Amino acid sequence: MYPPSMQESIRKLEATRQERIRQGKIPLLDAEAKKALLKSFHPDYIETSMRQLQVGPNKGDRTPHELADVLEAWPLVDPKRFDPARPKFTVDVLVIGGGGAGVAAALTAQENGARVLLVTKLRLGDANTMMAQGGIQAADKENDSPERHYLDVLGGGHFKNIPELARALVTDAPGIIAWLEELGVMFDKKPDGTMITIHGGGTSRKRMHACRDYTGAEIMRTLRDEFRNRRIEALEFCAALELLTDDQGACCGAAFVNLDTNELFTVRAKTVILATGGCGRLHIQGFPCTNHYGATADGLVLAYRAGARLVFIDTIQYHPTGVAYPEQIVGQLITEKVRGLGAHLVNVQGNRFIYELESRDITASAIIRECTERGNGVVTPTGRVGVWLDTPLIEILKGEGAVKKNLPAMYHQFARFGIYMDKEPILTYPTQHYQNGGILINDQGETGVKNLYAAGEVAGGIHGRNRLMGNSLLDILVFGRRAGRSAAEKSKTVSFDQTAGFHHLQKFQAELKTAGIPRDRCAPILFPEYRRPELQTPFVFAG
Amino acid sequence: MAKRTSRTGKKKPVEAQPAGEFVTIYVMGEAYQVPKELTIMKAMEYAGYRFIRGCGCRGGFCGACGTVYRTRDSYKLKVGLACQTVVEDGMYLTQIPFYPANKKEYDISQLQPDTQVLVRHYPELMRCIACNSCTKICPQDIDVMGYIQAAIRGDIARVADMSFDCIMCGLCASRCPAEIVHYNVALLARRLYGAKIAPRASHLVRRLEEINSGKFEPGLDRLTRMSEAELSRLYYQERDIEPE
Repeated sequence: MYPPSMQESIRKLEATRQERIRQGKIPLLDAEAKKALLKSFHPDYIETSMRQLQVGPNKGDRTPHELADVLEAWPLVDPKRFDPARPKFTVDVLVIGGGGAGVAAALTAQENGARVLLVTKLRLGDANTMMAQGGIQAADKENDSPERHYLDVLGGGHFKNIPELARALVTDAPGIIAWLEELGVMFDKKPDGTMITIHGGGTSRKRMHACRDYTGAEIMRTLRDEFRNRRIEALEFCAALELLTDDQGACCGAAFVNLDTNELFTVRAKTVILATGGCGRLHIQGFPCTNHYGATADGLVLAYRAGARLVFIDTIQYHPTGVAYPEQIVGQLITEKVRGLGAHLVNVQGNRFIYELESRDITASAIIRECTERGNGVVTPTGRVGVWLDTPLIEILKGEGAVKKNLPAMYHQFARFGIYMDKEPILTYPTQHYQNGGILINDQGETGVKNLYAAGEVAGGIHGRNRLMGNSLLDILVFGRRAGRSAAEKSKTVSFDQTAGFHHLQKFQAELKTAGIPRDRCAPILFPEYRRPELQTPFVFAG
Repeated sequence: MAKRTSRTGKKKPVEAQPAGEFVTIYVMGEAYQVPKELTIMKAMEYAGYRFIRGCGCRGGFCGACGTVYRTRDSYKLKVGLACQTVVEDGMYLTQIPFYPANKKEYDISQLQPDTQVLVRHYPELMRCIACNSCTKICPQDIDVMGYIQAAIRGDIARVADMSFDCIMCGLCASRCPAEIVHYNVALLARRLYGAKIAPRASHLVRRLEEINSGKFEPGLDRLTRMSEAELSRLYYQERDIEPE
């Protein structure tokens, strides 16, 4: 399946394999070496890739152009076309987003006595949660503790994480695993019930819990099933276009479009939870991405206009190992679990160049350096570059059949294209994976806008400037549950205000006008654009 | 909608396209010239379609893009995930929209994992005629009929294990003459296995007791107050790492 040019490099990799096994673990980089590597090769450090925001609560802060383009944008539709006095639904808690965070928030809000409506742009469960393969962290083993987990989270985040958020994350983690176990999530376990846990990049203890390599899918399908058992109301294929605010600036609902009928409608709610995910499909700096089709930063846009402050919007996570070959699946995720199981990162000459389980930003930078400055990348027929992941090594280290047993999804994905990763290595290059920042929340999931909550990737501060593997599946559930609980409690103290409308837009639009933002730049964009330019037409309702 | 070439040749292709690099696919009867290496999903986008339904993770995990097709001069219906299947010349494509499926409601905490529980919730299981249509259509290569047979026998653990790779695309249910919704039967089995059959993690129970008793609060108080320099020293100099 690999062209001859690439097979030549595979032979070099095979020739070095025994020596690499003898070599064992490569030493970790020290703080200085890490800093130097990041500064020279991490995409976040390319000065020209970012600009200062001209409007909104983060005015003056730097963020990638692609994100700035949607944050500095005009509303997608004319607010006058909505009549907030005639909402289609009136509920206690409105959850926007149907991934792991949204569903966890909805389940918890309902448990806490609220009448809940969940609205989502695609199908219930269509989200990055479904795609998370590797695992979920929790310090529940004898040799581990929440304090250790905390220190790993902070070290991974370059010590910039908001302490109260990181603390909430690690403290709630074992309880989240227990909750999932009760709901019937099939974790990988030993016959006596002990969780099978492995390392992830940057972890000091083996605390990665997995469900083969379908961890996120297994969690999502279980949560979704539970959601349906509890008969919580949900609307699918309805996209949020704007939040509703009252004359005091408090959030009191949202405006939506039904994507099938183009009907515009509003939902009034006492509290609103944004769980819309991240910005992967903005393709920051032209990188391919591992994200779900719907990950277009919609929640960031809506919250920003309503006055919510964002944090760490100058840092994006590039997963070290995206697919670099075959072309059909370029950018898709090769889970970190592959390296956790022992696969080496190897250059065109068959040599290792970084310890495989350094934190993600370090490993990604090292791969970029290997392929650019050092010219040690493997070139594909379409001119991409990448480095090998020596996956047959897993079979040698863990026994025959280990690849198929531990990585069935991944094995399947490559086998479709005639590449058998238990026999041949796979080619990899960094891919855009996660938005490290997001809407600033406190440890109850509250944003800076009254009665507006956020959970999951749309929220920021938990992971600082870089997230460790297995902490996002954890984060969506920890903060989904917390936001659900606090939004439900808060809703009991809020009464419906008759001034509901789009009060926040007047100020924001005035700022846009002053800054000279072109009128044709509108957001949220809802879906990425993959049609050829000459075939592109705007949404019917946009105008 | 985009400009397109129709089968009757009324409209011209939008671009001059190099020979040999393209194949012709038919979407809802319309012909399109697309680069031959694209997946069905990317080919349809190339042709001018913007997905709202039938597109999800684009990585083979979510089951949103189940597609039925056949090729010219063949009576056979083939299937695949649009995000994973590469186009073929002469492919006639149909996206499968939402497929209504029966799902029973239950309180998992109250269910007993006995041999009758699956059949009690989904009695249509007993109508299985072992035609194997479900297995033949599964884009994940799951032995669907095999796990349905296990479900009829009441072997929950086997159903859970065999069905684990299911992405719930629903293609199995679309072909079943007995009108079984295989993926919902499998989901119930997996949840029963996870909640009721697999032994609980005892270390998890102990850790929860420790957390609830406040054991880690003083340590976390100390850590959350630490300066970056102190944390950095702890992290780089004192943190020991569990061997692999």
